[in-house]
Amino acid sequence: MGEHHGPAKGLSRWLFTTNHKDIGTLYLWFSFAMFILGGAFAMIIRAELFQPGMQLIEPDFFNQMTTMHGLVMVFGAIMPAFVGLANWMIPMMIGAPDMALPRMNNWSFWILPFAFLILASTLFMEGGAPNFGWTFYAPLSTTYAPPSVNYFIFAVHIMGASSIMGSINIIATIVNLRAPGMTYMKMPLFVWTWFITAFLLVAVMPVLAGCVTMMLMDINFGTSFFSAAGGGDPVLFQHVFWFFGHPEVYIIILPAFGVISEVIPTFSRKPLFGYASMVYATAAIAFLSFVVWAHHMFTVGMPIAGELYFMYATMLIAVPTGVKVFNWITTMFKGAITFETPMLFAIAFVILFTLGGFTGLMLSLAPVDFQYHDSYFVVAHFHYVMVAGAIFGMSAGVYYWLPKWTGRMYNETMAKAHFWIGFIGFNVTFFPQHFAGLAGMPRRIPDYALQFADLNMMSSIGAFTYGFSQILFLFIVIQTIRNGKPVSDPKVWEGANGLEWTLPTPAPYHTFATPPTIK
Amino acid sequence: MRAEGEKKVLGTTWKMALVVPLMFAFVFVVMVPLYNLLCEVTGLNGKTQGQYTAEAAGSVDESRSIMVRFVATNNEGMSWEFHPTTELLRVHPGAENDTTFFARNPTAAAMTAQAVPSIVPSSAAAYFHKTECFCFNQQHLSAGEAVDMPLRFIVDKDLPASIRTITLSYTLFDITPTPTADKATVAALN
Repeated sequence: MGEHHGPAKGLSRWLFTTNHKDIGTLYLWFSFAMFILGGAFAMIIRAELFQPGMQLIEPDFFNQMTTMHGLVMVFGAIMPAFVGLANWMIPMMIGAPDMALPRMNNWSFWILPFAFLILASTLFMEGGAPNFGWTFYAPLSTTYAPPSVNYFIFAVHIMGASSIMGSINIIATIVNLRAPGMTYMKMPLFVWTWFITAFLLVAVMPVLAGCVTMMLMDINFGTSFFSAAGGGDPVLFQHVFWFFGHPEVYIIILPAFGVISEVIPTFSRKPLFGYASMVYATAAIAFLSFVVWAHHMFTVGMPIAGELYFMYATMLIAVPTGVKVFNWITTMFKGAITFETPMLFAIAFVILFTLGGFTGLMLSLAPVDFQYHDSYFVVAHFHYVMVAGAIFGMSAGVYYWLPKWTGRMYNETMAKAHFWIGFIGFNVTFFPQHFAGLAGMPRRIPDYALQFADLNMMSSIGAFTYGFSQILFLFIVIQTIRNGKPVSDPKVWEGANGLEWTLPTPAPYHTFATPPTIK
Repeated sequence: MRAEGEKKVLGTTWKMALVVPLMFAFVFVVMVPLYNLLCEVTGLNGKTQGQYTAEAAGSVDESRSIMVRFVATNNEGMSWEFHPTTELLRVHPGAENDTTFFARNPTAAAMTAQAVPSIVPSSAAAYFHKTECFCFNQQHLSAGEAVDMPLRFIVDKDLPASIRTITLSYTLFDITPTPTADKATVAALN
């Protein structure tokens, strides 16, 4: 047993590694590559929408861009990024030597690049990439789909398998490998939110797999799940999809909640307010996510009782979410706050995510949703929760733990520049979209009526700014790894608490070979 | 000690792994049939029920008359001529009514079609009984052939008083085995 051996040399280190830190790093770099790819698609979209009229690309290619942007960002950027954080941090936070199933961990990462290689290759196929939106509603994705839809289905299956294996691993780790004395109610909140997220993933990724399997059968094997001609129903597709899709949005946001719940106490120099209520609120949100899916489809023609039920159930989610926002603010209240970059991202998260939550409440009102449905208002809403929520949370986490990972401090001035350029760019992009949507601009269109021209130009300028800020982010991270100022204090941050901060900085290749004792 | 730890990890892993096929099967054996059942019970999406086996058509409620409108639509890419022979019928609840829909295949090839019904308001679907309908079967027409397709129905006497007009719409789908029409549609769209 070579307990103190270091990493293998060269490429084989990354191909065959079973080390949770290596795999975490792989996930993080992969997700950043996908973030840049998905971002490039977004830049094409915003360039086309810079002015009314058809400027740069064909409408069909525009549809491919909106579809691929959504798919790559959701499944390629955000989800793997948080799995990367989970791999790095969960064992270090609960005092475990590694993940419970290290070989499966390697596998669940390494199938992912192939899934996205397959998905990206559809761009070069005859008939083009999937063009039916990331929600791939039937019959657009069945009867009228380009031939590449089969590759899309295969890619989704692989992504699902990867996510399921990743989550089983996380659950097995948290259930079995906690250090002695680390009871469930002593676990850091990031561990708790990932624990609940992993259960959501295991429950709903198979539903997504079932959904695309039905599509595959309708397209190739003559079944009629979603085809009215054979006795099926396209609306069934929407029910199955959103039964997966609504828990999916909490899968995306819950780990970000966890990160924020670590960052805010550190820089407020106070313990997290209402720890237990945070745990219960997370569980409540996860439970409610299973019973509200049809609020995405108020306009399909539901009985009034259905509309009312889904409306009230959706509004109920605001209660546990409100508890969380209240706890974050109360943690900051009268704290000795300093505004390092992770804290800036965390505070921006609380403000902007709450705004996104409010527009979510507006959308939850069935009668007014008939106006908002499929408009840019929806686009603005979900970018406030996904970008200012998940991505800002992710950025906070990276800046927070980067010194622990690398043993070097990032450049605070440049990181603050990244934050402010990103913050302004984000709001300039998405705030005007609320107004465009309320005024009636539909989503997923390559051209628009003239009255939306100013708002769209503003949006595009903001998007280019935001895109630039992410290039700056890449530069900052590389510069930190290469020439950052060395840090050796285990705690890194004055107010940091938790097992990961008891380890040396940078974190050695193997940690907690003997479990720590927890008071 | 170590072996015991591994056993516990494997236990959790298998339990979680079992959830995966269960949830996958859940989609097919629970969600799909449940959705269809829900549609049938509530008349959601205006889906009508299958063939109605009439009880003795005894009492007819002559105090009420219901307007029944017929609508025929061709699905995208369907080339048949398709329309109701009567657009409007005034019927009494409880009475059995007959009407026909006309269909003609103007193409040079034999084709098969399927009509899919829908009712507005959907709350009337449960009270609209079809004792005979061309939508129960596929319709096959050779090149140039035409047919009057039968429909026989009863409006239930328990139809809520608030409903005075029922619209029955049929959409005609091309389900000819070689999907040439479909491919042409896709090509035209791209």
